[in-house]
Amino acid sequence: MRQSKLALGAGYSALILISILFIIPFIWLLRSSLMNLSQIFTMPPEWIPAPFQWDNFRRALTVLPFDVFFTNTMIIVLSVLVGTVATSSIAAFGFSRIQWKGRDTVFAILMTSMMLPFAVTMIPSFLGWKMLGFYDTFYPLIVPAYFGGGIFNIFLLRQFYLTIPRDFDEAAVVDGASYFQIYWKIIFPLSRSALIVVALFSFLGSWNDFMGPLIYLKSDKLFTLALGLQMFQGSYTAQWDLLMAASAAVVLPCVIVFLIGQRYFLEGITLTGLKG
Amino acid sequence: MRRGLWYGLLFTAPAILGFIIFTLGPMIASLALSLTDYNVFKEQTSFIGFDNYTRMFSGEDDLFYKSLGVTFYFVVLRVPAVIIISFAVALLLNMNVKGRAMFRTIIYLPSIVPAVASAMIWMWLMNPDLGLLNSLLGWFNLPGSNWLYAEGSVIPSVVLTTLWGIGSTVIIFLAGLSGIPHSYYEAIDVDGGGWYSKLRHITIPMVTPTLFFNTIMTIIGSFQVFNEAYILTQGGPNNRSLFYVFYLWRSGFRDTEMGYASALAWILFIIIMAFTYIVFKTSKSWVHYEGGERP
Repeated sequence: MRQSKLALGAGYSALILISILFIIPFIWLLRSSLMNLSQIFTMPPEWIPAPFQWDNFRRALTVLPFDVFFTNTMIIVLSVLVGTVATSSIAAFGFSRIQWKGRDTVFAILMTSMMLPFAVTMIPSFLGWKMLGFYDTFYPLIVPAYFGGGIFNIFLLRQFYLTIPRDFDEAAVVDGASYFQIYWKIIFPLSRSALIVVALFSFLGSWNDFMGPLIYLKSDKLFTLALGLQMFQGSYTAQWDLLMAASAAVVLPCVIVFLIGQRYFLEGITLTGLKG
Repeated sequence: MRRGLWYGLLFTAPAILGFIIFTLGPMIASLALSLTDYNVFKEQTSFIGFDNYTRMFSGEDDLFYKSLGVTFYFVVLRVPAVIIISFAVALLLNMNVKGRAMFRTIIYLPSIVPAVASAMIWMWLMNPDLGLLNSLLGWFNLPGSNWLYAEGSVIPSVVLTTLWGIGSTVIIFLAGLSGIPHSYYEAIDVDGGGWYSKLRHITIPMVTPTLFFNTIMTIIGSFQVFNEAYILTQGGPNNRSLFYVFYLWRSGFRDTEMGYASALAWILFIIIMAFTYIVFKTSKSWVHYEGGERP
């Protein structure tokens, strides 16, 4: 597409302005997390911490047992990730690479659960887990991931599997390979990038989950980072230096994971959106 | 083929079981619960027919209408804002400019920030006395706002905080835009049309399937907003941000009226279905599919 210099210049300026707007909250977060309270409260606001108050992070993370929250979060996040990747890819294989009667109908029925508000299943699920004696444990947060890993992920992987040429399987069938071998030796390795997308979404999804832990976890010692941060906010209302330091510490791992895997992220979102 | 059915079911069994155990089962249970007065702290639970629903619609529970109003207001404000801004940003990102990848990263980055952390950041930005937003307004000699802490401004403020996270909507638009063949634009160049006719006759019609997808997902998401209500406002001030799902959670888990909360959940489900249905129905007249009859 040909673009005039003027239009390009205007667009460029707009992009820069928007980027600044999007980045300011991060800068505000960082600068507040490294300032002492008196500098935070100066008006008009200053941007550069003087001195750099690195101690904020140590204080913020030791007032509450954030190391325990971190461990809890990691246990949940990694368990969910393994279950999601394993079972969603197996299901997606069954919904795309095997021909069977009723396949697409079953898939369509499963897809409807994407429109169902979580609020509808929330209360009976809670009562069910409670009845089984698993209230205030990690199980309600982890176990569902081992049953298909969410229809969204199955959908995403199925979209990807459908793009792999059929000849691959047919050649393997001629060689006498079973479905398991086709899945494990051909499709699984070929779909590495899509699986990484699912793994990344799963990581962020459970790292960021707030309502799940809020409903199922009661004891402080089982709290996740998200719950811990919320608890922190409740008890240190005006301590913006510590609050921002704790928030920055919770945000940082997500940013790192994103920056490492960003190529896959953008691919993955594109994959889901293409079939509108 | 028989072999296929057996293996097909085997591979999809975890997902199908998961659907039955974690979606279908709870759904039916929820419908049943909504017809009872189940309360965790009450000895007895009895079947009360549609009493929960009557209680909602008769106005006996005025918070029901209140929360419905708050949520509708939020949806009406947020959906067009998200769609228009995301589309505009995607158009900009679709230009052939240097540093596109960097801009894209910056715009997507906020959407991965955990809701709790994002809420903390925005509470601090919107702090009426010491927050950055009021200082910025001050520089331009504009009066400050009480943002999340005033009845009139709380919902627009929550909308503003969620606009920070439009990244994935933008990326989906961008995918739709990059799928438009260049030759289409060249045809307009030949006809001597400018950027406006390109936008009006090529870009917008071609991007309607993506627009459709994004609109539905944004509507569904906006009706279910919870974290913002719980962390930012707790429904205040004066119930002006009593979001529907927050109210539902409060009824079920704080007031332990789980029968009633289940009825609330079903009404939400019906509302979301209705909206999705309307968008689907109207989509025939405005969504353009490649190879369809409409140019």
